[in-house]
Amino acid sequence: MYAIEVEKLRKEFKSYSSRSGLAGAFRDLFTRNYKIIRAVDDISFTVKQGEMVGYIGENGAGKSTTIKMLTGILTPTSGRVVVNGMNPHKERERFVQTIGVVFGQRSQLWWDIAVQESFRLLKKVYRVSDQDYNEHMDHVIETLDIGPLLDKPVRKLSLGQRMRCELAAALIHNPPLLFLDEPTIGLDVLVKLKIRQFLKEINEKYNTTILLTTHDMTDIEALCERVIMLDEGKIIYDGSLQRLKQNWGEGKQIHFQFRDIVSKEELMLLVDATWEQGEDRYSWIAHVRATDMAHVIGKVVSSYELKDIHIREVSTEEIIRNIYEEGIHHG
Amino acid sequence: MGKYIEMIRMRFLMMLAYRTNYYSGIFIYSINIGAYYFLWSAIYGGQPSIQGMTVEQMTTYVAIAWMARAFYFNNIDREIAMEIREGKVAIELIRPYNYLVMKTMQGLGEGIFRLLFFSLPGMIIVTFVFSLQFTANVHTWGYFALSTMFSFIINSQLNLIAGMVTFFTLNGEGLLRAKRFVIDLFSGLILPISFYPEWAQHVMHYLPFQAISYIPSMIFTESFTGDAVMKGMMFQAVWCVVLIVPIYVLWKAAKRKLIIQGG
Repeated sequence: MYAIEVEKLRKEFKSYSSRSGLAGAFRDLFTRNYKIIRAVDDISFTVKQGEMVGYIGENGAGKSTTIKMLTGILTPTSGRVVVNGMNPHKERERFVQTIGVVFGQRSQLWWDIAVQESFRLLKKVYRVSDQDYNEHMDHVIETLDIGPLLDKPVRKLSLGQRMRCELAAALIHNPPLLFLDEPTIGLDVLVKLKIRQFLKEINEKYNTTILLTTHDMTDIEALCERVIMLDEGKIIYDGSLQRLKQNWGEGKQIHFQFRDIVSKEELMLLVDATWEQGEDRYSWIAHVRATDMAHVIGKVVSSYELKDIHIREVSTEEIIRNIYEEGIHHG
Repeated sequence: MGKYIEMIRMRFLMMLAYRTNYYSGIFIYSINIGAYYFLWSAIYGGQPSIQGMTVEQMTTYVAIAWMARAFYFNNIDREIAMEIREGKVAIELIRPYNYLVMKTMQGLGEGIFRLLFFSLPGMIIVTFVFSLQFTANVHTWGYFALSTMFSFIINSQLNLIAGMVTFFTLNGEGLLRAKRFVIDLFSGLILPISFYPEWAQHVMHYLPFQAISYIPSMIFTESFTGDAVMKGMMFQAVWCVVLIVPIYVLWKAAKRKLIIQGG
């Protein structure tokens, strides 16, 4: 059984535009101009129980809209959504019992009172027994290292502290499916690492399915084997991160620092690769396939005197950027 | 049910965290009561009774009406309007509870807090300063408690309605302010309903507002006796039930708008 099944899911919004000027404003009173904007355009995918999937895309690509439809906050214009075997809109109260949601930009804890009071309320709301709560949450609190924060009001916590508490709050009922909408936004490296470590642990221990949206590619690299990439409401890539890197990673970048000035033409004659000038006229960068790497280095080293050389892998971030700039068919 | 009780406790804690805000409130309410006390003493002059109420009954009416207001009054209309504006209501949909019931429970938590930390100390201060007439009749206290509970429900229901209406209008501030004024005026907080002209009394009989302040205060001052008490509470009970209809319709419509347009 799939944790998430989405078929030809579509969401359209009406977007009103106002006419200019006073006369326009009067006309707006009677008839308003609107256009239909398709935020999510006939997407289909499935997620198996226990998978960790990165859902990525630029701002406005339709990520949040999809998450909102999957969690039952928005109804689809058309298409089929089955999450945890249920239609999120039909059986709301039973459905939300089986999911956990963290919105990075929006707190779900009560602002003015101690964190533990929010936990206590959520424990009651999700009807978690004392035994389950203690067993599960003791571990969560310990791993996220939020024990000392529990008696502090949320408004006194730093962003990193608050985010860890949000995560714990979303897991009080130990849901089999977790939606994380930009959970690491604005956090420092240490907190990010801790959160990633924790998510991995939860996934291993309870086989929790995690759907994660983020702009931070290091999150995806650390957590997700599979990515779904969205552009203008359409899925442009759905598959393993590994394959994405292989197909669009364009191999390696080799940075050469020459002792003398070298021209691009000379280098082009020497080896057939994409050459790009570095910081000055002495340094050049070769973009090559991983398999050609040894060949290129051998040629260059035997022909020129070098001061320095280093090899860099194309980061996922660069890959993603390239895909958005040049389109998916480039690779 | 446990989650709703937990919510009352939660709001109580929240109020407790900001309790100093309320000490000034006691003072303001006492001044209000004092002003009306002297005003009514002057209006009565030497007359033993107006509209069937003695001057003692009248001043007690004013005092108890304000103190009951501390209990039934809440800001859930503003909170709902704000949560709609900030898009928090959508998030409430991912919780396994009824948002409106939760909001009402928060109002109740606030009411209980004010009753304990506001009305009771306020009442003690007021009885020292002014001569008020408190009944020793246990039944009257019982009816009054029940009737005030109805006040709370009806006032909260009106707040829910007002809060949800702001979902469909661009700016709800004016509407909420108007609603507050209408309730203070037509609920009998400022002037007992029996003092309004015949025709106005007749109109108000078809509106829910007098159930909020007039009826419990009349019961407390024993201006209502026998049948009138029961009739008053029936009036309240009927409105409690009737108001569920517009709440249900509005919530359905608001939810549909929310899940289709995203708020």
